[in-house]
Amino acid sequence: MQYGYYPGCSLERNAGAYHDSTMAVAGVLGLQFTEVDDWNCCGATEFFSVHQMQAYALTGRNLALAADQFAPKAALPVIPVEAAETPQLVAPCSACYLNLSKVDRYLASSPELAAKVNTALDAGGLHYDPGSLRVRHLLDVVVNDAGYDAIAARVQRALTGLRVAPYYGCLVVRPGFQGQFDDPEYPTTLDKLMRVLGAKVVDFPLKAHCCGGHMTQISEDVALELLRRLLKNAAEYQADVIVTLCPMCQLNLDVFQSAVNRRFGTNFNLPVLFFTQLMGLAFGLAPERLGIGKEFVASRPALAKIGTSGEVEQERAVGKRAKRRNDQSLPMPYMPEEEER
Amino acid sequence: MSNDQDQIPPISPPHASPDEERVGVYVCHCGSNIARTIAVEDVAVWAEQQEHVVVARDYKFMCSSLGQELIEQDIQAKGLSRVVVAACSPHMHERTFRGACQRAGLNPYLFEMANIRELTSWATDDREAATSKAKAQVKGAIERAVLQEPLEPLFVDINPNTLVVGGGIAGLTAALELADSGYHVYLVDRDSSIGGQMAKLDKTFPTLDCAACILTPKMVDAANHPNITLMTWSEVVAVDGFVGNFSVQVRHKPRYIIEDLCTGCGTCIEKCPSRVLDQHFEVGLGYHKAIDRNFPQAVPKYPVIDTTHCIYFQRGKCRACQVVCPTNAIDFTQKETFEQLEVGNIILATGYEQFDARRVPQYGYGRLANVFTSMEFERMVNAAGPTSGQVVLRDGVSAPQSVGIIHCVGSRDKNYNEYCSRACCMAALKFAHLVHERVPDAEVYNFYIDIRAAGKHYEEFYHRVLEEGTHFIRGRVAEVTDAARGPGEEGKLIIQAEDTLIGKQRRIPVDMVVLMVGMEARHDSRNVASTFGLGCDFEGWFTERHAKLDPVVTMTEGILIAGACQGPKAIPESVAQGSAAAARVAGLIGRRTIKLEPVRASIEAAACSGCRICNNVCPYHAIVFHEAIKISEVITALCQGCGACVAACPSAAITGAHFTREQVLSQIDGLLWDMQPGVLVLA
Repeated sequence: MQYGYYPGCSLERNAGAYHDSTMAVAGVLGLQFTEVDDWNCCGATEFFSVHQMQAYALTGRNLALAADQFAPKAALPVIPVEAAETPQLVAPCSACYLNLSKVDRYLASSPELAAKVNTALDAGGLHYDPGSLRVRHLLDVVVNDAGYDAIAARVQRALTGLRVAPYYGCLVVRPGFQGQFDDPEYPTTLDKLMRVLGAKVVDFPLKAHCCGGHMTQISEDVALELLRRLLKNAAEYQADVIVTLCPMCQLNLDVFQSAVNRRFGTNFNLPVLFFTQLMGLAFGLAPERLGIGKEFVASRPALAKIGTSGEVEQERAVGKRAKRRNDQSLPMPYMPEEEER
Repeated sequence: MSNDQDQIPPISPPHASPDEERVGVYVCHCGSNIARTIAVEDVAVWAEQQEHVVVARDYKFMCSSLGQELIEQDIQAKGLSRVVVAACSPHMHERTFRGACQRAGLNPYLFEMANIRELTSWATDDREAATSKAKAQVKGAIERAVLQEPLEPLFVDINPNTLVVGGGIAGLTAALELADSGYHVYLVDRDSSIGGQMAKLDKTFPTLDCAACILTPKMVDAANHPNITLMTWSEVVAVDGFVGNFSVQVRHKPRYIIEDLCTGCGTCIEKCPSRVLDQHFEVGLGYHKAIDRNFPQAVPKYPVIDTTHCIYFQRGKCRACQVVCPTNAIDFTQKETFEQLEVGNIILATGYEQFDARRVPQYGYGRLANVFTSMEFERMVNAAGPTSGQVVLRDGVSAPQSVGIIHCVGSRDKNYNEYCSRACCMAALKFAHLVHERVPDAEVYNFYIDIRAAGKHYEEFYHRVLEEGTHFIRGRVAEVTDAARGPGEEGKLIIQAEDTLIGKQRRIPVDMVVLMVGMEARHDSRNVASTFGLGCDFEGWFTERHAKLDPVVTMTEGILIAGACQGPKAIPESVAQGSAAAARVAGLIGRRTIKLEPVRASIEAAACSGCRICNNVCPYHAIVFHEAIKISEVITALCQGCGACVAACPSAAITGAHFTREQVLSQIDGLLWDMQPGVLVLA
């Protein structure tokens, strides 16, 4: 399958591991990502609040470039518009994904706005018709296009015994946006993906709460408190790693973990990895190809768990503790998903 | 297709002299309902110029006595032979105007109604277009009316037996009322016992009398009533016939118990080694045996074997129940049986289902141990329930020191159901009271959007609960979490909600959370509706004939509805509907015969080729085939006038009275009066 690929600035710098592992995993799954030529900043989370019009134009330029680059070429005029497939643009970064999707939708709903943005784009000889791209997040493409079954079939080294806290962050599941693929309140696609890879998914109630975003630069007090909550929650559920799908989330939880420990006198030591890195490991790819080791909180000690039989035994023992018959405790509600765990 | 039309021979003789008919046209304003969008005066003036029309008038309310008198006077003074009223839906007032015609000596079937309200004035704000459409509708009605023929109604006998489907409080009430009036009732329930949802409850609001104490006497009455045939563990699989004469097929599922021998002693239940989670009656909070009854006072008393958990049915050995049964009442070889019932009326009281709390994952049901649903809590506080009435956490022993009750779970929420489930506010207040009663020092928090305490003594109960010290926080809960932020929250469930009265976010740590789940239509209500031939709304609730004025009758004559199958209801409203449905049925039975619309099909023997196509298309089995003369015939009393055979007959030998080919085609011509010939292409 062919996709346009918008890496965004993070994947060229701090989240290089995300880019490397994405490309490695895409190769295994047969997903072909072609980078948008000459792309620019997506506006991140704050530019829309600073100068809305410029932000629309800024993101609009990316859309225009991608639409031009990936439009079906030499389409015969007799083919009806609906028949030609809308080209798809994939963004691995949650902020990029949300901005691209949001601008496309706003331009579609407001012809005046679209006209203004196109006036700006015209200066660079560009034009964008809203709706001519389908913007999607990388996770959506991986689980829904490649599919859980195909992923399961590629697993060579199951992540058995690894306790994973799936962290979605606040951007990717926002309701009402084009490309929304999961429950906005309590998403589960990443949970399911991790289970398919063989990992033990721990309940992580704060899975869609805010990581602080750029607040680390503006109000460290706020950001560190938000990060402390997330780390505490994951630690309470005895997660070995936090897995994420957003470079901002990864950066905050990873880089600022020591700052949280200093501020609150805690002792968190939770590596934060991208879901593509864990997929790559499960697919049997070399950790170096997946950018493992680039993180601040080293993941190797936690990953040592994978495949070591002693740890698996221990995990089973925890599971068996569960229920004695005829004790006084009341049964828990039946959950269909439990069986998949 | 257009060419074929010319070749079809006329099936009834051309109308004697439609040109001589004298038509009166009456255009109703319906207050402003029609007049606001349609230029009713213009329509009347225009109508008067049309062929056949002797008089055309517009009037504020045609359905008023004065409006009807207008028609009656014109019939007599102007010698009208046909009447057309352009007003609302025929469902509303066709009967009214037919009555007016009849009083003035005109056969009521020489009347035609054009629905310019629901189909036109309510459908648009475009006055010009609406007026133009109204004219076309009137023109169609005139063209059809002149070809109408006088008809006489049919009378059929009413079978005095009634089928009641569902033995919850609504169906039970209906069955007892009818049985007490001296009519026989078949009470069918798919569950192993009657009693329905109410049998699971502990106390009932606002009086706090025990549900079992008021319900079980009625259940026993039903079982012992000479006029009630109780059929539990049974389902209706097919319904044939029409009002007064329904033929119903009931499937009796095998209980694996010989009811005539079983004394209900319960030894088999005691000795059964297979103990399984009871997802049905105990909603997953308690256990039952593989041979069991829902609850000790179940009616009938006979248990049922759950074959998916019975060791004998699964592995071929055990037979413990058979060994211990003192009367040899266990029969593993029982098969399902079918029974045919003849009834005159059917009351559906099939109830509701609870909203599945797992669909709101942010409230943690199924993940967080101490989140309960309202029905789980109901079982918990029930003295006959899994905890013998003690309010405890999931560990089965600790009493909660604080309880958060979350309203509107799955209700009043556009992500799930937009409607209000009506009964949950009061149930939540009842729960708050019961927590105070069972755990006196516990704090109780109600998280609500609005308190809907509309009912006799409901508001007073609300005040009572307020005075007992329950906390009320107005605002929707964002989430229930165990992710503690500070020392006060450790080990608790934290309810995060916006308190809209003080405009702040609040986090309330509690030990137990109760989710007041809403009511939903039964998952298979659409199938049930199609079995009985009635309609469902978008959410799956059965549709009544009129939401305000005819709430227990459906659009299908002889099929009535009562209780929560029509929409969310508490006990008092369900009982009221059960009684109302019974009264309607009793009234009908008392008449002994029922007048049926003479809108029936008939077959012209000379034109019938005996192909038998119509035999199979008739949904009412109303067409018989005479083998000897190779001709089909419609049994008039069975025919419902649906017209399927009329359309299917390749020889055009079947005519639907009141909907003859000429009448329908003339009406279409009338509707298209301002179209240019040749423009319309029939594909």
